[in-house]
Amino acid sequence: MFDVLAADIKAERPVALAEVIEGPADALGSKLVVRPGPPVEILGSLGNPDLDRVAGRDALGELAAGITVTRHYGLRGEARERAVSVFIESFAPPPRMIIFGAVDFTASLVKIAKVLGYRVTVCDARPVFATRARFPQADEVIVSWPDRYLGEVGATLRPRDAVCVLTHDPKFDVPAIVSALGTSVGYLGAMGSRRTTDERTERLRAVGVDETSLARIMAPIGLDIGARTPEETAVAICGEIIAFRAGRRPPSLRDQEGPIHRDRVRVTEP
Amino acid sequence: MREILDDIERWQAQGKRVALARVVAVEGSGPRLPGAAMAVSEDGEVAGSVSGGCVEGAVVTEALGVLSGSAPAKLCTFGYSDDEAFAVGLTCGGIISVFVEPLEW
Repeated sequence: MFDVLAADIKAERPVALAEVIEGPADALGSKLVVRPGPPVEILGSLGNPDLDRVAGRDALGELAAGITVTRHYGLRGEARERAVSVFIESFAPPPRMIIFGAVDFTASLVKIAKVLGYRVTVCDARPVFATRARFPQADEVIVSWPDRYLGEVGATLRPRDAVCVLTHDPKFDVPAIVSALGTSVGYLGAMGSRRTTDERTERLRAVGVDETSLARIMAPIGLDIGARTPEETAVAICGEIIAFRAGRRPPSLRDQEGPIHRDRVRVTEP
Repeated sequence: MREILDDIERWQAQGKRVALARVVAVEGSGPRLPGAAMAVSEDGEVAGSVSGGCVEGAVVTEALGVLSGSAPAKLCTFGYSDDEAFAVGLTCGGIISVFVEPLEW
């Protein structure tokens, strides 16, 4: 059964494992592997068909929500009893990051996003720049206009996913942002200086983007940690995404004023 | 779990028995969330982690115990101040429960 579970996890197919971690000694360690399909497939047993049915149904629900949790049941799956504790672990496919713009900063962002477990797509309309050789760690490199690409995959984006617009060219980033705003993506960030950001905001207003939608855009992208290099900038962006998902508000560049690149404080030995 | 699958596969291909330890509950401050997993081969090789390094040694002992047949599977709790029952603590003050089992399913 473990080989089925491992194969699903590796192939990034959603799967859940429900296992008795407390209860009668002979049930300890008994488990279900729950595959949502379609069709739904439930392998194994927790030792009682009614318990299997109830826990299997709960595991499907937790998996759909991406939640890992311990649930308690009676010996035959009764609610509000605690004879059996079942640890339900959800293996949801990894979150996605779509990066628009095959620029210098993109390669660093791909690297850090991969470390964080994202499935990363780089998309740029220019075939000279959007090449596998430049982004070997990306899961996909797509040559397409951002809005056309989001037209194809936008409906699959979820609140835990991220779209990063690094093009800082109104020709690409305005349509990219407008398309991204039409999806359920959680994090939407756009790179650019404060001037670029202000000009872009005006362009977005001009094409009819309302203030609520504008407030979704993290721009200038990234936390205000004094990042300068592409690698540091990638950390600033990913830090902002982590904070966003955790519901925290550390200082983002969006919320500050003044130059993004200030002189660093020089630390010298006394 | 994802990050330890290759090690598990390699050990099993070498004919080694493997124990799996997974965090199933965290109370208070804990470095890893439920689902954090660690695998231990019968030779004592380790992949993955279940904490910030505080209880890994004790988990290896439990894992090898499970492989030697001391228990079919076992729920271990670390971090209680009851130092007679639980000698291994977490410096962060949290409590974690780790389910340890032979990977033979």
